[in-house]
Amino acid sequence: MKAWLNARTIIVALVVAGLLLLPVYTTLSGNVFGLTLFTRIIIYALAAVSLNLIMGYGGMMSFGHAAYLGIGGYAVGILAHEGIGSGFIQWPVALAASALFALVIGALSLRTRGVYFIMITLAFAQMAYYVASGLARYGGDDGLTIYKRSDFGGLIDLSNRVQFYYLCLFCLLGGVYLVWRIVNSRFGMVVQGLRSNERRMQAIGFPVNRYKLVCFVISGTICGLAGALLANNTDFVSPASMYWTRSGDLMVMVILGGMGSLFGPVLGTIAFLLLEEALSQFTEYWALIMGPMLLLIVLFARGGIDGMLGRMRRG
Amino acid sequence: MLLVVEQFLNGLQFGLLLFLLAAGLTLVFGIMDFVNLAHGSLYMMGAYFAATFVVWTDSFILGCVLALGATLLLGILLEFVALRHLYNRDHLDHVLATFGLILFFNDAVRLIWGPAGLALPLPPWLTVPFQIMPGVYYPAYRLAIIVVALVVALLLYFVVMRTRIGMLIRAGASNREMIGALGINIKLLYTLVFGLGAALAGLAGLMQAPILTVQIGMGENILILAFVIIVIGGIGSIRGAFLAAIFVGMIDTLGRAFLPDLLRQVLSSSAASTAAPALSSMLIYLLMAIVLVVRPEGLFPAGRR
Amino acid sequence: MRTSFWLAGATVLALANPAFAGDTIKIGFVSTFSGPTAVIGNDMRNSFELALDHIGRKMGGKPVEVIYEDDGQKPDVGKQKTEKLIQSDKVDFIAGYIWSNVLLASLKPVVDSKTMMVIANAGPSQLAGELCSPYVFSTSWQNDQTPQAVGEYMNQKGVKSVFLIGPNYAAGKDMLAGVKSTFKGEIKGEEYTVWPSQLDFSAELSKARASGAASIFVFYPGAAGVQFLNQYAQAGLKAQMPLYTAFTIDELSLPLQKENALGVPGAQQWVNDLPNEANKKFVADYRKKYPGLRPTFYGAQSYDAAQLIASAVEAVKGDTSKKDEMKAAMEKANFKSVRGDFKFGKNHMPIQNFYLQDVVKEADGSLALKTVATIVKDSQDKYHEKCPMK
Repeated sequence: MKAWLNARTIIVALVVAGLLLLPVYTTLSGNVFGLTLFTRIIIYALAAVSLNLIMGYGGMMSFGHAAYLGIGGYAVGILAHEGIGSGFIQWPVALAASALFALVIGALSLRTRGVYFIMITLAFAQMAYYVASGLARYGGDDGLTIYKRSDFGGLIDLSNRVQFYYLCLFCLLGGVYLVWRIVNSRFGMVVQGLRSNERRMQAIGFPVNRYKLVCFVISGTICGLAGALLANNTDFVSPASMYWTRSGDLMVMVILGGMGSLFGPVLGTIAFLLLEEALSQFTEYWALIMGPMLLLIVLFARGGIDGMLGRMRRG
Repeated sequence: MLLVVEQFLNGLQFGLLLFLLAAGLTLVFGIMDFVNLAHGSLYMMGAYFAATFVVWTDSFILGCVLALGATLLLGILLEFVALRHLYNRDHLDHVLATFGLILFFNDAVRLIWGPAGLALPLPPWLTVPFQIMPGVYYPAYRLAIIVVALVVALLLYFVVMRTRIGMLIRAGASNREMIGALGINIKLLYTLVFGLGAALAGLAGLMQAPILTVQIGMGENILILAFVIIVIGGIGSIRGAFLAAIFVGMIDTLGRAFLPDLLRQVLSSSAASTAAPALSSMLIYLLMAIVLVVRPEGLFPAGRR
Repeated sequence: MRTSFWLAGATVLALANPAFAGDTIKIGFVSTFSGPTAVIGNDMRNSFELALDHIGRKMGGKPVEVIYEDDGQKPDVGKQKTEKLIQSDKVDFIAGYIWSNVLLASLKPVVDSKTMMVIANAGPSQLAGELCSPYVFSTSWQNDQTPQAVGEYMNQKGVKSVFLIGPNYAAGKDMLAGVKSTFKGEIKGEEYTVWPSQLDFSAELSKARASGAASIFVFYPGAAGVQFLNQYAQAGLKAQMPLYTAFTIDELSLPLQKENALGVPGAQQWVNDLPNEANKKFVADYRKKYPGLRPTFYGAQSYDAAQLIASAVEAVKGDTSKKDEMKAAMEKANFKSVRGDFKFGKNHMPIQNFYLQDVVKEADGSLALKTVATIVKDSQDKYHEKCPMK
């Protein structure tokens, strides 16, 4: 029992409680912007959680994860543009498209290792970016405005800020739960075994690449869901959401929070986006502070925020 | 026909410039196993230094030489203060730390030089178009880039293949532990290699400056191209980087030049002019993906790892 | 007893809040203040501040508070900042916007919340057409208008043929389409480049030379315009193929383009030497307040945006809850614009003159933009009929 009562669990519990209660605060105080801000943070956190599944547990460093944000978003945007407003069609299409993309590029990319894997995932994401830029019918480089959010009949109203917020939070917690189940299943054990010693796992007789590919596809699908949520949140999709800098941001969020920890990416995303918001209020030269801060975190706080919390228990 | 010659030169010039940037990157990556996203920032700093020193000294050549020295020093300083503590970390720590450096350098430049960017004007003798063949004119400055970059490439080849330092560098690229075990002062070697890489990036930046402008963030998109090149060429291989750089430069330029007309044969004119730019920028990534699918360690893998 | 008194007082205050909220006039201003295009945002902010100085930092007798937000040239960030201004700061007006894509992403929360908006630069065709909205005004232009004027000018000059080069995004396509719609000579070729990453135009310049066209038209805003002119001059094309431009040479790029820009014409609805009193004051005071800088058309449009907002607030004597009265006042364009008098179309886009600007050397050897001629009078965008407003 006592092992549960450490700094990490307390912080995570506080953050989850805070996220659950946030709409109460914003409704009482009338500051709805807090809700808007945190909806965005939660969606990015979901994307970071999905990236963490392959990067933190599977050891596959994808530098093209933003592609799924775009594919999920474009699935919603293009269907809405063509007059298909039902979320029951849009969202499954978004998930299926992301899964298919992950399957194809995963099958090709998993032939490579290490930095070559980083670069080949980047290559595929950039191709997706240029395809989206070439979609003249759907706004090309300028992006596509979504005039009506996904329609789920009477089930849930996505235009209602609080309802949409709770939907995103539900998806995030669901995503974290799914990753937790995967990681602790036999399948997850194998994938983690692959990260530490691939050759041994192969010798034992596991079909290594198939395990990795399944993991890669699950991650891409979750990120596609984040893309569908993001498109609904911004009422807008553009190729910019697939650009390599966005993939880089996602990587930074995961590393900042702590790779291979369940809640690390969530904490990392919150820290990254809140810092960006807070520092940009404070000074236009926010990057002048943020940059060295990242460097210091790497130099002196190994394992990101989660690593720091872990050390507090020992110290 | 004349157009083909001209476009061929354009591609060669762009490729050689990319090689200068990629050479430093592949050395640092191959020898220290260090992913340096801030390499593009050094390229930017080279251009800013040159734009400043050329005005101070009122001489294009002198200013550029000073800028090269300044970038070299900056590289060594950066390595000494921060980056050498990261060599034995994993790649993701490198990514996070050097991403932080990109943010820092961009805003530091904005603070010092302002957001507007700078101009690096050419001396008059470099601005005249040069007749290379009857009827074919080519900008003298672009020819100068081709010459300088070729000379630097040859020098680099000589240093790496024919000198003692070069031998150590090659040894480091194929087996890092071994040269440490042989009692070589590895820290000094690392600092030297990093400085050399920084100077090459600075050279690429300052040579590109008169063609483009000197502006914040100028190193970021070209950095990704440099990464593409070293991955295609095989990490740690100067020869691979050289061939891949020429290849990428050619594909990029020739794709932009001739793809629209090719597409117009099959598509309607307006659809072709929309699709062509997107498709031609995609070519490079397509090339990289194909190379990696066929040869997962690039064209010239340097040693086994 | 005492507590309930305070509670009652608080309730009264809370109920009466709308009247109290109007103690200051709050304006949100979204533009780019970071990255390489921050120069544009800075110029817009400088001009907006200067306009506030000129009207005594008061509108309708109430002090003015401006909150500047940085969109980082990214549509999703711009939208988020717009929402913050509306929801958190509860601004009365929202202004700014350089980029068409940022504007299109940010438009929905503005229209949904019925916030009054004045756009100081971006002019996508949708805004003039189907997306026009009662509380949304523009002090700039619609993308097609400027290149149409350039095409007219080329006709007047008797240019026989042209090669078109522009970036591959909506504004770029609007610009080339604009020239094509008015230019009567032969179009020898048309090239789109990747935006914003492609900065080397050697392949396109070689093709332009090979096409044998008599002239080149380009649209490259910001730093890309500097790069294009550098490479155009280095290729030795200046003597062979005269260049015509839209939004490629302005006071921000000119110090970097230097001699390369000399004698290269462009069209604009505002030039720094337009001979009206408001403009003389704007330019002189700008150069006094910000030594070493010169105002651009971006700034002129922002200056006008502040004046337009002031005219609306004056009309309702500071009661910003009377939105329809403010709208009616703004439709009259009842202020001294630095571009001279203009009218609003029913889609709230300006109907205005376009001038030919040229780069000339001043007595002290510095380069400056000068008005050479009026190309078109009272130009109206061609999308206004698609706007459902009356």
